[in-house]
Amino acid sequence: MRWSAQTLARAHDIIATYPQKRSAVMPLLYLAMVEDSYLTEEGMRQVAELVGITPAQVQAVASFYTMYKREPVGRYLISVCTSISCFLLGSDELLAVMEEETGVPDGETAADGLISVEHVECIGACGGAPALQVNYEFVEGVTPDKARSLCRWLAEARPETIKSDELQALFGGSVSFDWAIKEAGGAARPIPAFQPLGTVAE
Amino acid sequence: MTVAAAGIGLAARPLVVTRRMTEHPADSHTVARYEATGGYLQARRALAMTRTDLVELVKASGLLGRGGAAFSAGMKWSFLAPPRPSYLVVNADESEPGTFKDRQLLERDPHQVVEGMIITALANEVHEAFVYVRGEYPKPARRLQQAVEEAYSHGYLGKGIFGSAFDLDVVVHLGAGAYICGEETALINSLEGLRGEPRLKPPYFPAAKGLYMQPTIVNNVETIANLPHILEMGAEAYKALGHPADTGTFMFSISGHVKTPGNYELPHGLTWRQLIYDVAGGIRAGHTLKTWIPGGASAPWFVPADHLDLEITKDATGEALSMLGSGAVVVMDDSTCVVEAAQRLVRFFSHESCGQCTPCREGTTWLEMVLGRIENGAGRDVDIDVLLDVSDNISVGLKWPPVMTTICPLGPSAVSPIISITKYFKDEILAHIHGGGCPLK
Repeated sequence: MRWSAQTLARAHDIIATYPQKRSAVMPLLYLAMVEDSYLTEEGMRQVAELVGITPAQVQAVASFYTMYKREPVGRYLISVCTSISCFLLGSDELLAVMEEETGVPDGETAADGLISVEHVECIGACGGAPALQVNYEFVEGVTPDKARSLCRWLAEARPETIKSDELQALFGGSVSFDWAIKEAGGAARPIPAFQPLGTVAE
Repeated sequence: MTVAAAGIGLAARPLVVTRRMTEHPADSHTVARYEATGGYLQARRALAMTRTDLVELVKASGLLGRGGAAFSAGMKWSFLAPPRPSYLVVNADESEPGTFKDRQLLERDPHQVVEGMIITALANEVHEAFVYVRGEYPKPARRLQQAVEEAYSHGYLGKGIFGSAFDLDVVVHLGAGAYICGEETALINSLEGLRGEPRLKPPYFPAAKGLYMQPTIVNNVETIANLPHILEMGAEAYKALGHPADTGTFMFSISGHVKTPGNYELPHGLTWRQLIYDVAGGIRAGHTLKTWIPGGASAPWFVPADHLDLEITKDATGEALSMLGSGAVVVMDDSTCVVEAAQRLVRFFSHESCGQCTPCREGTTWLEMVLGRIENGAGRDVDIDVLLDVSDNISVGLKWPPVMTTICPLGPSAVSPIISITKYFKDEILAHIHGGGCPLK
């Protein structure tokens, strides 16, 4: 499967923002995940071709970073922080609750492809510990009860877009700092919702 | 050891980089609010200044890098070697456990970072800048990207900024989940499309051989955010905000078992007692302070008996054999098992080790396993020596600052919790070993 003309055009636009083609490997790997829903061998070959390096060199990069998923991930990726500050405030119980409520063990994906659960290292939400992310959107100050509700809500409501403000209002508690500003957008897939070229459409 | 002579009045504490977001919470991220509150005036002023004047001003302000190493920002700039087609890289790969200040600065006042970048670019004659934002921060990256676009559309970035002959392009680059990319040479490798493995220094000091082997300035988000204010108030006034040896304000990220965790912008020179009890509200009800990490997961711990009245400056913290690092203060109360806490910290470094250097790759794994067996009741008397021996192979003589057997400080960072628990909590480790596991469970 080759990328669509539109995706290829976008890839070339991204490459053009860097002084050297190879620097575009990271944003193009995200693009490959958007295209195929995870990082496939074909996707990595496409990236290699576009930036002029070998597929092995692309794999070497992809395998270095935890957020490039080389296996299918659920529609909702729940990442529970278990580093020191969250650990001190009950992250391990939170992770256990998530595994129990979703039936998905740490590091795995549900058979129906809806939810993946993983424990992650510090996500920078220590002031609102314990914290987690759904599709890389923050929820801070989560209690075990709220964590259970979150799992049920994802399974029942199946939101199109994961919005941090909505998650925080429904399932969060204390925050690292006042978020103050509401956002309209969010994450439509288990890939960070960030467009390297800004408002250019996906 | 330096002890604070007098407490600094907290009520009068100056807000610099968090002022706008504090006074205008609803729209501090917009270009309209930014400009209505003096934004982009300093970038315009900087355009009329010489490079030398800008570098000298920042040197005179005493601004130290806020990313962890606390190196003079002005000095760093003055190292930038000719030729000067060079690059600016803003390190927004904030990943040190306990740290969440750059996230707030990017989300709540991104134009402040953009203006700081313009000033840095002018001072160093840089025309291409990159902001490397950690992958887990899509929201801060979105806000920054929005600010960058606004700046482009106003003519503050791009060709001929502010109608001058100076060009500056900014690219926001998203990481993908690797703590080590916060190390500046690893970050540069990552930005070049390579694995995020640190480079050997020398010869790869970024100011000499950085991005694409060109001279490169790498500055932390908070460092950059301070620059418009230094220009606005002048070096002397900026210095007067803080401690004579440690100027300006500093963002403390306080977390753990305190009543009011959060980010606090404060001058240096408070005591830890003030920070933990007055600023962060003290320890949660029914518990007492056991220990705290003064500057992120990499820093050796402090204990109430020795350090509560110590002055919070780079030098005083260093003399007490630790560091302020990225300003992350992680507070642990008496419910904490120090073996388990140390294991959690070591596990982080083990997971994040890039694998280049054997002492770090293998050592962090062994430290994690040995701590695990002590916690779970399978520890032996010899295990304390095993921990120290493995540590000594990563950080020779267990000195502070560490004598490294590795390319970068990640490995020695994993040794900090080991040094801390064997120094202050040996009895608790022995209680684990002799009592068949954790006495707190």
